[in-house]
Amino acid sequence: MAAGAASGGSATTDTYKEARTWLLMPAWVVLLFLSLAPVAMMLIYSFLTKEFRGGVIWEFSFAAYDQFFCDRGLFGDEGCTFEWTYMTIFWRSIWQAGAATLLSLAIGFPTAYFIATRPENVRPLWVFLITIPYWVNLLIRTVSMKFLLRDKGPLNDFLMSIGLIDSPLHIINTNFAVQLGLFYSYLPFMVLPIYAAVERYNFSLSEAAADLYASKFTTLWRILLPAVKPGVIAGCILVFVPSLGSFLAPDLLGGAKNFMIGSLIEEQFKGNAGNWPFGAAASMILLSLVLVILLIFARQQAKAEKAEG
Amino acid sequence: MKTMLKTTATGMALALTATAATAEGELVVYHWFEYMPQELLDKFTAETGIKVTMDTYDSNEAMLASLKAGALGTYDVAVPGDYMVSILAGEGLLDTIAEGELVNKGNIAPEWADPSFDPGRASSIPYQWGSTSFMVDTAVYGGDIDTTDILFNPPAELSGKINMLDSQGEVLAMAALHLGMEQCSTDREKLKSMNAMLQEAKGHWASFNSDTAKEVLVSGDAAVGQIYDGFGAKARSERASLKYAFPTQGYVVWMDNVVLLRDAPNRINALKFMDFLLEPENIAAVSNYARYASGVSGTADHLDPELATLPESNPSAEAGAGVFIEVCDEATQAVYDQIWTNLKK
Repeated sequence: MAAGAASGGSATTDTYKEARTWLLMPAWVVLLFLSLAPVAMMLIYSFLTKEFRGGVIWEFSFAAYDQFFCDRGLFGDEGCTFEWTYMTIFWRSIWQAGAATLLSLAIGFPTAYFIATRPENVRPLWVFLITIPYWVNLLIRTVSMKFLLRDKGPLNDFLMSIGLIDSPLHIINTNFAVQLGLFYSYLPFMVLPIYAAVERYNFSLSEAAADLYASKFTTLWRILLPAVKPGVIAGCILVFVPSLGSFLAPDLLGGAKNFMIGSLIEEQFKGNAGNWPFGAAASMILLSLVLVILLIFARQQAKAEKAEG
Repeated sequence: MKTMLKTTATGMALALTATAATAEGELVVYHWFEYMPQELLDKFTAETGIKVTMDTYDSNEAMLASLKAGALGTYDVAVPGDYMVSILAGEGLLDTIAEGELVNKGNIAPEWADPSFDPGRASSIPYQWGSTSFMVDTAVYGGDIDTTDILFNPPAELSGKINMLDSQGEVLAMAALHLGMEQCSTDREKLKSMNAMLQEAKGHWASFNSDTAKEVLVSGDAAVGQIYDGFGAKARSERASLKYAFPTQGYVVWMDNVVLLRDAPNRINALKFMDFLLEPENIAAVSNYARYASGVSGTADHLDPELATLPESNPSAEAGAGVFIEVCDEATQAVYDQIWTNLKK
């Protein structure tokens, strides 16, 4: 950005020319030490030899990736057949994160729309209310969720007392509980970007559409949604990505009977396995996967914009 | 991993404060969560003037990972379980206590003075010991509970209502007892049958959870739950129909130990703390709080009288033997890791 402005040759940017290197320093430090260095370290570790009970031996090895893609039987001495275990775990996580994202979108979009259409002076209050539960630690919120959802918990008590159901709904330790937990954990990440987008939306466009006999649905689908699309996409990414790697909700609400990507990786560092290179390799594969998904997204966005322009 | 990074970060922060303060008055303890009463730490500080900082972990393996990731040199003492003491020693993470350095070493109960996991108590002192078995809600099931079938081949009333500890060591040791095989087996047929048995048993389980092992039983979400005896005693006090089982096939015994870590920044204070915990009155305070037994002689006068008759710490005559979790070699462990992954995939 800075370089682009400078080549434009505007006089104001020259004021900062001398100090530019220093002014950009914080950004470089953040990128280098908080973003690139840990990833580089993970990449290196994924190609090292595992040390028994945690740690690495500094010898190059493909073993971690071999373990991910090759099924060599219970005793590890058979030929390589394709390993479905970890693929299944990845697929399950993607599916759960996707469902949680859709759930967040379904609830988050109307919420954001609601807030953005309130009078200007009360909007900050609504945003404030949305964030209140998130002042509490995620672990505590997830445990509370477990207590709310359980068979003999308040939710079931309430539903039975109003006569909506006869026997308790079995929610805890199911996939749905995990999705509910993820949805609850990351909802504000969906609401806030969409709110920001809807707030900037010029509502006279909707009125114009209505004047031209567009139905309410058409106005929403063809006028409002395209205008706030960047906010929706940002919200979806912000919910999907952390959901993908989360392990608290699957462990506590899903019963931890099946590994998710997050718990699989955690087990490599904190569990009995103590297999750091494999944990690093699984993280690298996850990272690449997310990167590919985002790149495809970005390309399609660019294409769509080109087509419109 | 999140916890690991967090603990490492706290460790680093602690290291800074530890060096900033005078080495005289500090002690940094790395301990299990919800275990040592704060009053006891306050008493230690009052007696010695040493300020205690405590950092907690939730599993032996998490502690090992944190120490190996660079927290060594931060903490003075840690409280690993039996098998973890030998692992820490094997990894070179422990310091040796020389003869005569501990004034109260003679207080150690004779049966715990020379355990297999730390011969001669070279680096550790006993802290608390107990068993890991499971509890059954007798209001749900009235039959015989003293069998591992309850976990691995349960009657219809209990199927789908079982919570297992989310811990490879505890689950696989119990499975070995159920099948009557040794813990670090290299017999391929036996290992295969264990793998198959667990796949089958998993269909009967509701969840794997260690952190809320007690709560799921108390709330009635689970009718069977793997649990430590002390937690079991606490659970029973909140839900009287819960009963702790001592299976005829055997059960897991564990002992937590206070170890002196290598590169302890306050080695002398660490030894003072160990001596403090070898005083019968002090260690009894831990037992009274945590509901476990200590490995120190002469605590009887200081113990809550109820502890002597706790059903959770007094196995019936028909109970099988209590066994420690064993430490397998790398090749054998790899197979058990695979069985665990198969179980949770």
